[in-house]
Amino acid sequence: MSEVLVLVDHVDGAVKKPTYELLAIAKRLGSPSAVFIGGADKAAGAAADLAKFGAEKVYAIDDAEVKGFLVAPKAEALQQVAQAASPAAILIVSTAEGKEIAGRLAIKLGSGLITDAVDVDADGTTTQSVFAGSYTVKAKVTTGTPIITVKPNSAAAEEGAGAGAVEQFAVTISDAAKAARIVASNPRAASGRPELSEAAIVVSGGRGTGGDFTAVEGLADALGAAVGASRAAVDSGWKPHNLQIGQTGKVVSPQLYVAAGISGAIQHRAGMQTSKTIIAVNKDEEAPIFELVDFGVVGDLHSVLPAVTAEVEKRK
Amino acid sequence: MNIVVCVKYVPDATADPRFESDNTVDRVGVDGLLSELDEYAVEQALQLKEGTEEEVTVTALTVGPEKAADAVRKALQMGADQGVHVQDDAIAGSDAIATSLVLAKAVEKIGSVDVVLCGMASTDGAMSVVPAMLAERLNLPQVTLGSRIERKENQLAVQRDGDTATEVIIGAMPLVASVTDQSGEARYPSFKGIMAAKKKPLETYSLGDLGVDAGEVGLSVAWSSVAETTARPPRTAGEIVKDEDGSGATALVGYLASKKFI
Ligand SMILES: Cc1cc2nc3c(=O)[nH]c(=O)nc-3n(C[C@H](O)[C@H](O)[C@H](O)COP(=O)(O)OP(=O)(O)OC[C@H]3O[C@@H](n4cnc5c(N)ncnc54)[C@H](O)[C@@H]3O)c2cc1C
Ligand SMILES: Nc1ncnc2c1ncn2[C@@H]1O[C@H](COP(=O)(O)O)[C@@H](O)[C@H]1O
Repeated sequence: MSEVLVLVDHVDGAVKKPTYELLAIAKRLGSPSAVFIGGADKAAGAAADLAKFGAEKVYAIDDAEVKGFLVAPKAEALQQVAQAASPAAILIVSTAEGKEIAGRLAIKLGSGLITDAVDVDADGTTTQSVFAGSYTVKAKVTTGTPIITVKPNSAAAEEGAGAGAVEQFAVTISDAAKAARIVASNPRAASGRPELSEAAIVVSGGRGTGGDFTAVEGLADALGAAVGASRAAVDSGWKPHNLQIGQTGKVVSPQLYVAAGISGAIQHRAGMQTSKTIIAVNKDEEAPIFELVDFGVVGDLHSVLPAVTAEVEKRK
Repeated sequence: MNIVVCVKYVPDATADPRFESDNTVDRVGVDGLLSELDEYAVEQALQLKEGTEEEVTVTALTVGPEKAADAVRKALQMGADQGVHVQDDAIAGSDAIATSLVLAKAVEKIGSVDVVLCGMASTDGAMSVVPAMLAERLNLPQVTLGSRIERKENQLAVQRDGDTATEVIIGAMPLVASVTDQSGEARYPSFKGIMAAKKKPLETYSLGDLGVDAGEVGLSVAWSSVAETTARPPRTAGEIVKDEDGSGATALVGYLASKKFI
């Protein structure tokens, strides 16, 4: 059975959940091989985790020559693995960086590329959601090795041991690929809440919070949810940009999305319209967000949310 | 210094975008405009120009159908110096791979380019891959998705707000850069700008002018193909309650419980 390469998304060796989802998808297409680009001392630990979620093989690439540079060296490394393994497909998590790596790799390999898939069938047919979620598109790569970037939450991670055979893989990185250098990096402080794109529940606040996110965060914590924000809330400096939901922020597709004090502009919808269940709390009954909701409350978020939070806490 | 800004003509997102019978995006039958996200790139190009004593030429470049010239015109009205429009019937239906090829050839034809500046994504396709593909094709460094961009002599530095960290990326020119909508409000064309734009040069290239074979682009040679497009069924109208003295919270808790969220 052909290998299917999965580029591992991790922070310092800690593998992120979407990678496990990709391993589950890879299993449908062939034999899952994880490509770990990271510190040599972190590879063994990551490989054990990857094996637990079905990786038959783990290519361990020492990132000494990769880290400190943007995107291009990772694309070169993947190209070299692909040339050695002749995989049936290459799967990458749909993050900003993942998509850029995929774009460069597609040109290098002469392969077709599909981005932001929300599902991949056994025959390689992908499902995408486009135009702010108003259309569903089925597509397939027809040239070269299919390169597919897949959104988080597109499949359930499946525990089921793979062999997890580790192969140290040496790569050569060109000088050209090292031309864009990362000269400073400020890690984001952990919020203690689930990560937005991976969360099962997201509670978001907009301009209607008036800058006070206490009610939004209270409900989020009671539900074990991630916190999101509209661009208006981000532009006002109330929340950092990495929490923005929408066309120019994150696109989320959780089981439950709660929009509080958000009007529901088209650009915001683009980031949350495919959520399974949508709830809104808004003072204005004419707010367009109510066109999308499964359940809506016309009311003041500063009184409705704390009352809901109190009741949720009580029932725990 | 020569800056090329890549600007895309896209269907108006507030009109209903749709597909043609061959599953390509309808780019002719709906109103279009310069992608809002590319206005940020034009703005940063103009600021780079204004921030130096040096002679700087800003060229707005688009690949698209006849009407796509409107996107270039808007960039000229904002202050770009000249425009290039690559138009050829064979291009219709091109994917990002072919589009990046045509853009790369056009950049080469424009010649001695120091900075190729792009938006963060096109508002229709939203793949966010063309800038990386361009960098790959032109074999140039990429400093992309900058929320801030700054020139340091012969280098450009961008701030990139990633998921786990905010990073500063630096590269020596020539390079490919892209900027996000956090990079700073784009200017409106002034009356003077609109008048001046009418006299600015706008050249049209065909594929032949760029030395690109028609067989390398277009729908029929796309490296991926779309089998079907389906409009999402409209969401069934939800239940909406008015909050009166706490009734809204009670109803919402009831709903959450009925859906097993609590
Ligand atoms: C190129 C471009 C990209 C964009 N990208 C994004 C994006 O990624 N994400 C995004 O969100 N937006 C984006 N926008 C902006 C978008 O168009 C809207 O301006 C934005 O979403 C509005 O945010 P809001 O709903 O919080 O604010 P508003 O539209 O001002 O709505 C606030 C809502 O709060 C309600 N409200 C007020 N007080 C209360 C209260 N006490 N209790 C309950 N409700 C209350 C009001 O009735 C109103 O409906 C983009 C715009 C452009 C042009
Ligand atoms: N047809 C085009 N003409 C000019 N620029 C384009 C075109 N397509 C994409 N671009 C540029 O590439 C960026 C990213 O586009 P995309 O990868 O399609 O999301 C856009 O913001 C533009 O700057």
